[in-house]
Amino acid sequence: MRFRNLTIGQHIPGDSIVHRLDPRTKILGTVLLIVLLFSVDGFVGYAMAGLAIALVIHLSELPWRYVIRGLRPLMVILLLTVGLNLFLTEGEPLFRLWFLTITKQGLVRGLMMGVRLVLLIMGTSLLTLTTSPIQLTDGIETLLSPFRRIGVPAHELAMMMTIALRFIPTLLEETEKIMKAQMARGADFQSGGLMQRAKNLIPLLVPLFVSAFRRADELAIAMEARGYRGGEGRTKFRELRFGRMDAVAMVLSVVYTVVVGVLF
Amino acid sequence: MSIRLENVSYRYLEDTPMETEALSNVSLEIKDGEFVGIIGPTGSGKSTLIQHFNGLLLPSSGKVWVDGVDLTHKDTQLRKIRQKVGMVFQYPEHQLFGETVLEDVGFGPQNGGLSQEEVVERVRRALAYVGLDFEELKDQSPFELSGGQKRRVAIAGVLAMEPSVLILDEPTAGLDPKGREEILDEIRALHKERGITVILVSHSMEDVARLVDRLIVMHQGRVALDGTPVEVFRQAETLKELGLGVPQVTELMHELKAKGLAVNTDILTVEEAEEEIVRVMGGQK
Repeated sequence: MRFRNLTIGQHIPGDSIVHRLDPRTKILGTVLLIVLLFSVDGFVGYAMAGLAIALVIHLSELPWRYVIRGLRPLMVILLLTVGLNLFLTEGEPLFRLWFLTITKQGLVRGLMMGVRLVLLIMGTSLLTLTTSPIQLTDGIETLLSPFRRIGVPAHELAMMMTIALRFIPTLLEETEKIMKAQMARGADFQSGGLMQRAKNLIPLLVPLFVSAFRRADELAIAMEARGYRGGEGRTKFRELRFGRMDAVAMVLSVVYTVVVGVLF
Repeated sequence: MSIRLENVSYRYLEDTPMETEALSNVSLEIKDGEFVGIIGPTGSGKSTLIQHFNGLLLPSSGKVWVDGVDLTHKDTQLRKIRQKVGMVFQYPEHQLFGETVLEDVGFGPQNGGLSQEEVVERVRRALAYVGLDFEELKDQSPFELSGGQKRRVAIAGVLAMEPSVLILDEPTAGLDPKGREEILDEIRALHKERGITVILVSHSMEDVARLVDRLIVMHQGRVALDGTPVEVFRQAETLKELGLGVPQVTELMHELKAKGLAVNTDILTVEEAEEEIVRVMGGQK
């Protein structure tokens, strides 16, 4: 149904070079991409960043259509950003539309903001598309562990993220099931005014919360029954391995970011 | 009210790398007043199939008619269809939300636009069908009831719409033997007394063998077998290949026959088996 069209945060299993990289490499690579996108100024810089993203999509063997579809849910934010920049930037007027004025600077800034957002979304969704949630949180945990000494609860944060991510599809499925069951009893989630619509959600939200609490309870018991007592002394089934491909990818990303960032 | 499917296929996650076909080219007709059982291994498309009967899912290709109305047509009011084709999902008690039993059970008829008195009357009748006392329960919170009672209240929530077709997806899952027996008896009574069409999805060969007039066996999104329970359970070998079985008494009769006792193996219940064994043994004495 409609929820299943979300690409953000979804993982598509595969066996490409990108899929096989260490999650830490991919996380740091994504951070570098964000740095790059915010440090370049001008279309050449964005084109270079876009090129890098295109290369990664190509290497990841993901269908292009699918990566691009991830932009759809964020269309509103995208249009809003472009629109606001387009109309609210002061400068040399290009043309007027009633009380709105489009300036040359506005056009350039609006377009740049749009391109930056598109690249940002595509780049970051590539991380989750090619990395399983478990790998992702494992990577975050290891990356955060040096900060444990200053009080960052690395393991707890990672565990919370794992559980949250793990339950997104479960809760979506549950939502869909409850919605269908209530629709079978004639519930209507689509029509009516704002207040009416909010009220119509009660038959959906109450069972959803009840089941979320029930699941949380069961999960806690199941975890304790298997001896979970926090991160202290816990070993890992799958150790992360930083291989030669990771070193190559890392070096290339750093060099590319620095060169493009400095030049453009 | 009849339900007719013609060449229905349904694909989940269409146009994504994870597209899967849950139903492929299913054609079948369920006639007015039938008591139909649907069985099949997990993932065979049972749940997907029944959701086509009231338009909760629309086919990726093919057509569905309910009472002569084409569900795939754009102008079809699916909400009207759903008032006529009631559907009880698995673990229906997970969908309870009302502050009181009255509010929860009355949700369906209320959405159907009935007056308050009529809604109360419907709730009273629906609770009676599932063997619950209206006066005792109407102001209680459904969340404070026992597991079996919750299940009944949830089923009553669908019955209160007084549908002409009732679809039940594993209505007895997770209940104790007594609860199972009672709920199945109530469903049978509904079929007999009110003549409504009942479609029962079940994992229990015993239950379907005892209750239904017609049995549809699903396998990998297709109808593998379709006939009376006797006809279907005659194909014991095919059923085993599909990962299903036959009722234990039927199995027993097959084994007796293999051991050389000349019994009829078209037996579905313990009572029938008893009669048949007495007949055969009596004849030998």
